[in-house]
Amino acid sequence: MRAFIAGCGRTGAGLAEQLARAGHEVTIIDTNSEAFNRLDHGFPGRALRADVTDEDQLRRAGAQGVDLFFALTEGDNRNILAAQSATESLGIERVVAKVNDPVRAEAYRALGIATLCRTRILADALATWSGLPHDPGAEGVAPATGHHREHADMTADASLTVGGR
Amino acid sequence: MYVIVVGGGKVGYYLTKELLAAGHELVLLEKDGRRARQIADEVGSIVLQRDGCEGKHLEEAGAKRAAIVAAVTGDDEDNLVVCQMAKHHFDVPRTIARVNNPQNESLFRHLGVDDIISPTRMALAAIEQDIPVHELLHLAQLPGGRLELIEARITEDSPAAGRRAADLSLPEACSLFAIIRDGNAQVIRSDTSLQVGDTVLAISRTESETQLHDALIGAADGADAD
Repeated sequence: MRAFIAGCGRTGAGLAEQLARAGHEVTIIDTNSEAFNRLDHGFPGRALRADVTDEDQLRRAGAQGVDLFFALTEGDNRNILAAQSATESLGIERVVAKVNDPVRAEAYRALGIATLCRTRILADALATWSGLPHDPGAEGVAPATGHHREHADMTADASLTVGGR
Repeated sequence: MYVIVVGGGKVGYYLTKELLAAGHELVLLEKDGRRARQIADEVGSIVLQRDGCEGKHLEEAGAKRAAIVAAVTGDDEDNLVVCQMAKHHFDVPRTIARVNNPQNESLFRHLGVDDIISPTRMALAAIEQDIPVHELLHLAQLPGGRLELIEARITEDSPAAGRRAADLSLPEACSLFAIIRDGNAQVIRSDTSLQVGDTVLAISRTESETQLHDALIGAADGADAD
């Protein structure tokens, strides 16, 4: 499979290495090239400096046609914009955005984005450890519960996937 | 009319002042405390030190009864999130986003933002009007923000030269309505054929511009890069 990861923090770098070791073709991007120091020396994938909120840069980095797209930067809104751009403009089917604000994470699930909310997962892990009941909504990637296509004018939007300039 | 402005940079500040002067009821959300106080000193207690991207802050600001939410921060991603939260959580009838990267315009519209303000595109349009290159010239943006009035000059290299207007393969959301030939404007009929030297006036959706360019002027051979 081809995977595209935005954000080379500990999570992004760790995931990139795991996927690459499992034989997948991995591209990881970050706006700060020093972040790539987190990757192993022998990392077999591609590490490129690019801004995930810029569609041109995503295309240039080869995001179009990948099987998996992960928006894992430190900015919730950047991840949200990137995930929607990946889904709607690049036509990628499996897209996850890290959204640490639980309210926004829930809101964007309803708008069609699978989200990963670190805050909710960590809080639940600690609460469960303390003896409180487990929050069933705090497990891994929360799949999308809705889709925002209702706002789209499908015929007029063909140009979006074609790309334009 | 109750308006919520998000982002107290230069645009948000002057927008707030103008709206107040016009007698609108409004609140400005600015997340930076110092900037928020600075603006409050100028315009009064309508400034809240809040992050407009957060649903609960929008709610406190009265998003449920707002007629318009205008997100004018310097970051496209923040403006998108503000508009989407306003639209989908609080049913705000009209959302306006400032967009810096012109490429985000069609995506934002597609995602439900009602109006786009694009300083980049406005500057581009102003510059293009002064440069007589063989490109599409943006004459005006029509109300609603989706359609533009465009001018193109037919040259010898143009695939449209010598062909009837009706025979051109134009993008769907696009229409040619007049030509200027020898200094005289005339309405385009289906049997009008375009000649070298004609200036064509067209209305087009912003997103269809590339296809319109290809049909009237010719494919861009990487000319977009410069």
